[in-house]
Amino acid sequence: MRIRISSARIIDPGRTDRVADVVVADGCIEQVGTGPVDGRGPVERVIDGRGLLLVPGLIDIHVHLREPGHEYKETIDSGCRAAAAGGFTAVCAMPNTVPVNDSVQVTRFVREQARGAASARVYPVAAITRGQAGTRLCEFADLKNAGAVGFSDDGRPVTGSQMMRRAMEYALGFDMPIISHCEELELADGGSMNEGPVATRLGLAGIPNAAESVMVMRDLALAELTGARLHIAHVSCAESVEAIRGAKRRGVRVTAETAPHYFTLTDEAVADYDTRAKMNPPLRSAADRRAVRQGLADGTLDAIATDHAPHSTLEKDLEFDQAANGIVGLETALPLSLQLVADGVLSLPDLVARMTVNPARIMGLPCGLAEGGPADLTLIDPALEWVVDSGRFFSLSRNTPFDGWKVRGRAVMTMVAGRIVHEL
Amino acid sequence: MQLKRKDILDMASLTVDEINLILDTAVQMREISTRSIKKVPTLRGKSVVHFFYEPSTRTKTSFDLAAKRLSADSVSLSKSTSSLVKGETLIDTARNLEAMHPDVIVIRHSSAGAPHLIARHVRCSVINAGDGRHEHPTQALLDMLTVRDRKGRLDGLRVAIIGDIAHSRVARSNCIGFTRMGSRVVLAAPPTMMPRGIEQLGVETTCEVDRAIEGADVIMMLRIQKERQQAGLFPTEREYARVYGLNRARLQRARPDVLILHPGPVNRGVELAPEVADGPFSVILDQVSNGVAVRMALLFLVLGGTRNANPD
Repeated sequence: MRIRISSARIIDPGRTDRVADVVVADGCIEQVGTGPVDGRGPVERVIDGRGLLLVPGLIDIHVHLREPGHEYKETIDSGCRAAAAGGFTAVCAMPNTVPVNDSVQVTRFVREQARGAASARVYPVAAITRGQAGTRLCEFADLKNAGAVGFSDDGRPVTGSQMMRRAMEYALGFDMPIISHCEELELADGGSMNEGPVATRLGLAGIPNAAESVMVMRDLALAELTGARLHIAHVSCAESVEAIRGAKRRGVRVTAETAPHYFTLTDEAVADYDTRAKMNPPLRSAADRRAVRQGLADGTLDAIATDHAPHSTLEKDLEFDQAANGIVGLETALPLSLQLVADGVLSLPDLVARMTVNPARIMGLPCGLAEGGPADLTLIDPALEWVVDSGRFFSLSRNTPFDGWKVRGRAVMTMVAGRIVHEL
Repeated sequence: MQLKRKDILDMASLTVDEINLILDTAVQMREISTRSIKKVPTLRGKSVVHFFYEPSTRTKTSFDLAAKRLSADSVSLSKSTSSLVKGETLIDTARNLEAMHPDVIVIRHSSAGAPHLIARHVRCSVINAGDGRHEHPTQALLDMLTVRDRKGRLDGLRVAIIGDIAHSRVARSNCIGFTRMGSRVVLAAPPTMMPRGIEQLGVETTCEVDRAIEGADVIMMLRIQKERQQAGLFPTEREYARVYGLNRARLQRARPDVLILHPGPVNRGVELAPEVADGPFSVILDQVSNGVAVRMALLFLVLGGTRNANPD
C-alpha cells in the first residue's frame, strides 16, 4: 500500500519546515517532496493534507500503562490505542507496575504485549533499584539488552543520595539516562495538594515547592559530580526550572520534561475537592505555571510528557486526601500543548520539537521524517475544535480534569511503521 | 424567612442573612433547653443520622441532644460500627444510609471535603460536624452566638484567635464567620502552625500573642495537640505555655470586657492558665450550652422550618 499525503505543512524540527507531499510505502517514508513517484508502483491512496501539519510521530516519554498488575486501569493495548488517538506513535512505559519492572522478564513481557498491541511503539523504562525500594541497584546491562531505554524509580524518589550517586555513575557505563522523580518525602509528607492559599482554604495539607526543588538540586549536584545523564521528570515549579536553567548553563548533562497540566492549570483547579485535579507533583500557583511556560520557551524544559496515570473510580471517587494521584494525558496533550503556540509561548516548530525530536534525543529513540526511515508520523488539524469527552477515551480510565473542555487542534491521522493506527 | 439550602457544609458558603437567621433561630431554641420538659414535637417523624467517622464526645452529644429536644429520631454511627472498616467507600456508605430515608446526615470526618463529597451523592440534608482541618461551621456559629449575646453585635469587634491555626477547622470557620459579620480577626501562632496564605481569608497574622491580644474584644484560644510536639512543631509544652499561652498578666492588654473562648477540651496550664479558664471573662461553658441551641436551629432550618414558626 502506497499512500501519499499531499500538500501538508511538514515540520520535521531541525530538518525541514515546508509545504510538500510525503509518500509512504512498505512501512517507510519513500519520498518527501512534490515530485511524482517514479516507477515504484501506483499510489493507492491520497490523503489531502492541505491546511494540516505533518510531523514526526509524537513521543511521550512518561506514561503509566499499568500492565502488568492493574489491567483494570489500563492495559498496554488500551494505552497504545489512547496514544494513537492522541497522535503519539511511541511511549516510554514507567516501571511502577505490579510486579515492578526491575527484571529482564518484566521488560520482555512489556515489549511482548506491545508487539501485540501495535498501535504505538512501547519503550520500557526499568527501575533504578529492585522493587523501587531504593536499596539495591537493578541489573542495568541486562535490562538494557532486554530493551529498556532508561532507568527510573518513578512514583518514588531514590531517597538515599549515595544510592542515587551510584546509580548515575553505574548508568554511565551504558550511556543510559537516569530519570528522576524529584520529591523530598519528608517535606511532602501528608500533603495532598500544593501548599498555599487554596490548600489553606480547603483545609488540605500542602506540599511545598521545595519538596520538589530540593531534590532537583540534589540530583543536579550529583549529575555534576558524576557526569551522568540526568533527566528530571514532571517539573512543576519555578524553583526547579531555575535550578535546571542554572545547571544547563554550567554544562551539566541534564534534560527535563513538564506535563500539559502544569502549564495549563493551577491549584485553583482543585476547587471543591475535585480529585481529578490531584496529582504528584501537585498543580502549583499561577507564578509557577508562568515559570514552567518560560522554561519551555527558553529550552530549559526540553520535552512535554504527559505522565499519563490512569486510575479507576475505585481510586478517585474518594475523600480528596485518600484519592490516588495522577491523571490521564495521552488523549488531551496535543490540543493543550498547541495552546502554547496560540498563547505565543512557543513557535509551532519549537512546540513540535518538544513533543518529537527532543524527547527522542533524551531517550535515544529514532525520530524524524527522513526518506527511507520508518513511517511514524502524525497528521494534525491545528484548527479543529472539539470537546473533550472522557467517555469516548480509548484509555480505560477517565480521570481527567479537562473533561468537557472545548479545545483546538487534534491528530486526524496517526501512522506507525506505515500503518494507519488512528484516523478521524 | 427560610433557609434556602439543603446542606450546611461550611461558613464560606453562608451569607450574612443566613448567619443572622441561624443565630436568631438558636436564641428561640435556647429557651426549650431551660424548660423542665425539654422537648418539643417540631421534628417528630424526622430522622437524623449522626455519622462520626472521627472520635467526638462533645459535638456528638450536642447534636444528639439537639435532635432529641426537637423530637427527631436519631441514630449514631461511628467508624467502628460502620462498614467503612470493612472496606466500603464513603460514597457507598452514604448511599446506603440514604436508602434508609434519613432527613439529615450529620457527619464528622478526618478528611477535608468529606461532607461535600457525601452531599453530592445524597438527596437528604448534610450538616458538617467538622471535616479534617477544613471547617467546623456549627462550632463557629455557636461561638458567634456566644459573642453576640455578650457584646450585642458581631461587627466592629477585634477577635484574636491564638494557637495551632494550621490544623484547626475551628479557626478557619471562625475567621470566615467573624470577618463576614464585620469583625476584624487577628491570628497568632508559632510560624510552624500558621498556614500559608491564610491572610487571603481577610485576616491579619502575627507570631506575637501580645500584639494579637492588644485591644481585643474576644480571645479564642485553640487546643494544642501533643502530637504536634512529636511532629516538631514546637519543642515543649513548657515553652508553648510561656510564649503562646494565655495568662492573667497577658490579659491586661485586652479590652476590659474581653471574652475568652475555647472550643474545648482545654489543656489547662498549656494554652490556657487555670485562673483564666475559670476567670470572669471565660464564656467557655456558655459556648457549650449555645452549641445545643445552634444545632437545634440548624436541624430545624435545614428541614424547612421558618423562623417565626412556633417551635411548640
